[in-house]
Amino acid sequence: MFEILTLPFMQRALIAGIFVGFLSSYYGVFIVQRGLGFLGSGLAHAAFGGVALSVLLDQEPLWIAVPFTIIVALGITYVKDKTSLGGDTTIGIFFAVSMALGIIFIFLKRQYSSDAFNYLFGSILSVTLADIIVPGILILVTIIFAPFWKRWAYSTFDRELAEADRIPVRLDDYLLSVLIAVTIVVSIKVVGIVLIAAFLVIPPATSRLINKSFSKMTFTSLVIGVLTALVGLWISYYLDVPSGATIILIQASLFFIVMIIKSIVH
Amino acid sequence: MSNAIEIKNLSLSYGKIKILENINFSIPEGDFVSIVGPNGAGKTTLMKILLGVIKYNIGEVKIFGKDVADVDPSLIGYVPQIKTMDRSFPALAIELVTSGITRRWPWFVTGKEKQKSLEALTLVKAENLANRTLSELSGGELQRVCLARSIVRNPKLVVLDEPATGIDAIGEADLYNLLEAYQGKSRATILMITHDWYVANHHSDSVLLLNRKQVSFGPPAEALSENNLRTAFGHIGHLHLLKGVK
Repeated sequence: MFEILTLPFMQRALIAGIFVGFLSSYYGVFIVQRGLGFLGSGLAHAAFGGVALSVLLDQEPLWIAVPFTIIVALGITYVKDKTSLGGDTTIGIFFAVSMALGIIFIFLKRQYSSDAFNYLFGSILSVTLADIIVPGILILVTIIFAPFWKRWAYSTFDRELAEADRIPVRLDDYLLSVLIAVTIVVSIKVVGIVLIAAFLVIPPATSRLINKSFSKMTFTSLVIGVLTALVGLWISYYLDVPSGATIILIQASLFFIVMIIKSIVH
Repeated sequence: MSNAIEIKNLSLSYGKIKILENINFSIPEGDFVSIVGPNGAGKTTLMKILLGVIKYNIGEVKIFGKDVADVDPSLIGYVPQIKTMDRSFPALAIELVTSGITRRWPWFVTGKEKQKSLEALTLVKAENLANRTLSELSGGELQRVCLARSIVRNPKLVVLDEPATGIDAIGEADLYNLLEAYQGKSRATILMITHDWYVANHHSDSVLLLNRKQVSFGPPAEALSENNLRTAFGHIGHLHLLKGVK
C-alpha cells in the first residue's frame, strides 16, 4: 500500500498535491464567499491560453502560463473596477479571448502535443520539479501574507466597512486576483484546467456547511483540500485514472455526505 | 465648544454630473444631526466623504479639526445599512462587534476583546446574541449588533446610514432610545441619514436638508419648514404630522 511512496514521480505528485490542495482551499474561501466561482473557471481557461503559447514556443508551460494568467487576472480586475459591467460579463470576455488564443496557438503548432492535454485533464506522471518548486514558493508568499487574511476577510464581509476603516480594498482585490491566478496555474498539472474551478470551490463550500465562523471555515477548508488531494492522488494511482477527476469526485462525495448528515442532524 | 465636523464649500462632480454643490455647515461636538433628502440627493455620498471612502473635488472637510484623510478612523463609529450586509457570511455576532475594535476581521477573539465586545452588546441590550450567527439574527437584532460594533471603540462621532431600514417600528424606537442613551453617556456626536422627517424632527439638534445642494441647515423646525421641504422634495407629504414645523 505504501510502495507508491518509494516511486519518485509519486513522491513529486504527492508533494505537489499537498501544496496545491493547501493553496486552492485557502484562496478558495475568498472565491466562495465573494461569489467569484466563475473567476476560477475563467482564469483556468486563461491558463490554457498561456499553456498553448508555451507549447507553440517550445517553452516550459509554467513560465509562460503564470505571467499570461496574471495579466488576464489583472485585466479582469481592472475592467471590473473601471466599468459598470458585472464580474461574470468581464470574466466571460477574458475567458473567451484566452480560449480563442489558446486554440489558435495549438492550431499554429500543427502537431500533436501531449503537454496541452496533460494540462487539460491533469496528470500525476507529468509533475516535474518545477511543479513543486513554484507552488512551494507560493506557499511561502501565502505564509508571509498571512496577516492579510484579516483584511481580505473584512472586505469579503463588507467592502464599505473595510473602506471606512481605511483598508485599501482595491489594492487588495488586485493582490488577491494575482495570487488566485498563480494558484490556478500551479494547480492545473495535478487537477487539470477543466476541473480546477471545482477544486477551488468544493473544499470551502463543504467547510462552509459545517462552520459558523470564517476563520474556522478557512482552517477546515485547508484540511479538506490537502486530505482530498492526497487521497485522490493515491486512488488515481491504484485505479489508473486521471488524478484531477478522482480528486474532484472525492471532494464532491464528501460535500454531499456532509450536506446529507447536516440536513439529518438538523 | 469645538466642532466635530466642519464643511466649507464642498463640491463633488463625476465628469459633468454634479453630485454635491457648495455644501457648508458645521456640527458642534455632542450634537445629534440628521441628514434628510430625497433619493439621489447625495446623502450617502456626503456620508462616504466624511468616512474618507470618497475623495471630494473642491472645498474643505474637517473632522475634529483635521482633514478627513488624516483622521484616526477609530474616532468614528459607522453603522452601515443592514440591507446591504452579507448575512450569508459565516460569522458570530461577537466577531462582528470585535471587528469594530481590531478594524480587521478577527481570526479569533481574545479574552480582552471578548470582554469589551460583550460590554458593548450589553449596552445595546444584545448580550444574548453574542454567539448567534448573522444569518440567525432578525433585522432589529442585527441593527443592535451593528450599533454595538460602532460604539465598541468608544467613538467621538457615530455615523448611521438609514438605521431604521429593514426593522419594525418597535425595533426602530428601541434603536433611537439606545442611541440617545449612548450619546447621553458618551457625549459623542451623532450623524444620521434618514428618510423619516418625523424622526429627524423628533431626535435631532439640527437637520441638514439636502438635494445635491444644501437646502437648509439648522434646528429641525427651521430646516424642515414647508418651503424648504418643497424645495428639496417637490412636495410636503405629511408635514402636518411634524410638531412645531411651520
